[in-house]
Amino acid sequence: MSKIPATLFDKVWDSHAVRKIEDGPDVLFIDRHFIHEVTSPVAFLGLENRGLSVMFPEKTFATADHNTPTINQHLPVQDPLSANQLKALESNTAKYGISHWGLGNPRNGIVHVVGPENGITLPGMTIVCGDSHTSTHGAFGAIAFGIGTSEVEMVLSSQCIMQQKPKKMRITVTGTTGKGITPKDVTLYIISQLTAAGATGYFVEYAGEVFEQMSMEGRMTVCNMSIEMGARGGIIAPDETTFAYIKGREKAPQGAAWDNAVAYWKTLKTEEGATFDKEYTFNAADIEPMITYGTNPGMGMGITQRIPVAQEAGGSAASYEKSLQYMGFQEQEPMLGKKVDYVFIGSCTNGRIEDFRAFASVVKGRKKADGVTAWIVPGSHIVEQQIREEGILDILTAAGFELRQPGCSACLAMNDDKVPAGKYAVSTSNRNFEGRQGPGSRTMLASPLVAAAAAVTGVVTDPRELI
Amino acid sequence: MAYDKFTVLKSSAVPMPIENVDTDQIIPARFLKATERKGFGDNLFRDWRYNADGSPKNDFVLNNPIYSGKILVGGKNFGSGSSREHAAWAIYDYGFRCVVSSFFADIFKNNSLNIGILPVQVSPEFLHKIFTAIESNPASELVVDLPAQTITISATGESETFDINSYKKHNLINGYDDIDYLQAMKEDIKTFAAKSMY
Repeated sequence: MSKIPATLFDKVWDSHAVRKIEDGPDVLFIDRHFIHEVTSPVAFLGLENRGLSVMFPEKTFATADHNTPTINQHLPVQDPLSANQLKALESNTAKYGISHWGLGNPRNGIVHVVGPENGITLPGMTIVCGDSHTSTHGAFGAIAFGIGTSEVEMVLSSQCIMQQKPKKMRITVTGTTGKGITPKDVTLYIISQLTAAGATGYFVEYAGEVFEQMSMEGRMTVCNMSIEMGARGGIIAPDETTFAYIKGREKAPQGAAWDNAVAYWKTLKTEEGATFDKEYTFNAADIEPMITYGTNPGMGMGITQRIPVAQEAGGSAASYEKSLQYMGFQEQEPMLGKKVDYVFIGSCTNGRIEDFRAFASVVKGRKKADGVTAWIVPGSHIVEQQIREEGILDILTAAGFELRQPGCSACLAMNDDKVPAGKYAVSTSNRNFEGRQGPGSRTMLASPLVAAAAAVTGVVTDPRELI
Repeated sequence: MAYDKFTVLKSSAVPMPIENVDTDQIIPARFLKATERKGFGDNLFRDWRYNADGSPKNDFVLNNPIYSGKILVGGKNFGSGSSREHAAWAIYDYGFRCVVSSFFADIFKNNSLNIGILPVQVSPEFLHKIFTAIESNPASELVVDLPAQTITISATGESETFDINSYKKHNLINGYDDIDYLQAMKEDIKTFAAKSMY
């Protein structure tokens, strides 16, 4: 009997299915569970109400990120509600013996940044977190996805989650990208082609030269944004780039365990002839620096293009019109030259060292534009340290920028970093929803290079003119 | 968290014919700071529902007294974006027990089922019929019959069946949840964990 060729996704999923319920979900064993202060308190309360405990506390890792201030982190948190959530995380993790990197801890940072950089995220794992951008960890060849608070309670109490196995999609990008094209542009391009719901119900494997040549930071950016086209998650087969990134990180396997792990990780790839429920292929040469003009991440375009008319954009005309009205934009307008009030570089999408290197490459020798407020927020203390050590801080300071302290910050504006109503932000984060960066704020998503070009010119600018 | 059992729901409905309603609109991030699950209904659709000064926006459907009921009918791709279960809590806390759309985001669908809200996915054509029925008579009732897996527009008798896997259906009808199920298979989980390489 010949064996049916398996996809990478099938291999990881099927090896974690404790039980398959007929016409029901699979019971999936979870290797790593990340928790943060916002979506975990009610789950812990649920455990208490049911008299349950945490089954495998050593498989859960906690960090504070969503609510944390990005200045004066050594002082008590001013917002009493935020302080209360941070305190709840501290006491809950202490009570159940869960590792916790709170504010001020040298390992603290955004959950999806600190997992990989400390070697907690490894190929072949199942990883969940009460945050939709858990898909980031798929860059390592792990099945990683966001969950709700009831599911956080499930994982704490049983280390399992009950999930319907998603359908499989493969997105192949062939060729090589041009000058000034970053992984963020690749993902914004894909989402603009597929729409914000184009991959709902699917788990996406990314394949092709563009991803093979991409750094781990870049792969994380792409997998991070998978959720923005509705996908449950994104996954990329681990390779030498992956192994080189992991080797030597604090919690990564060492010695003989390392060799065993690598031998296993090398088997984690889609076999020749394996089938997907849906396949798309794109050409890297078609991708230019991207920017969004609307209120969902699918509403993106090449920076030199004009805002499409409703019929071209698809979807209902009324929803499209509502979106442009919110943004204060018109059909057929160019985005180049539009005034920018705020620039945010950071978040779990683009808060890694490579993103700050890119930002600095444009800023070097230039000055921050008058009237632009820039929030430059590293994804973790480790990234912050790299920014200092690599001389990036000197470049930023000379240009009139200030470096802040790590956290989710203006990505979802749960802390004080809020874009005021009506103001325009170029943001390297993942969502341009209405009010996402503060009530009434208007967000244009883009790469760190586009953000840097906006920060030094004060308007939407093609970064290829500056590099 | 225990929830009410769901069998047959007959109710008027609140129409929201907007596509891509994301969970940031359902409950904006600044209202996620609670450590207990209560009071989220007050801030459901906060920025669509209220002006900055706290006065209600008259043109928003939840502020229009002619619409009411336990069923929320939304446009395509309802519940996209953030995984925050708070969005489902806010919908439940406000008094909805069922959300109807032609397409749901995955995590929102899971979150809803986990707390006892039934997401009913209908065809775009049937969704259009529902909106038309409510438009012509805001008191129009929908009948959502979970055991039969049908949704019917009372006024016209038009009906459509909807999908739900039998495990989830059983849970909703009986008010059980996944945690009950998982607790009952702990020994299997322990055995499985012992073989795990991580």
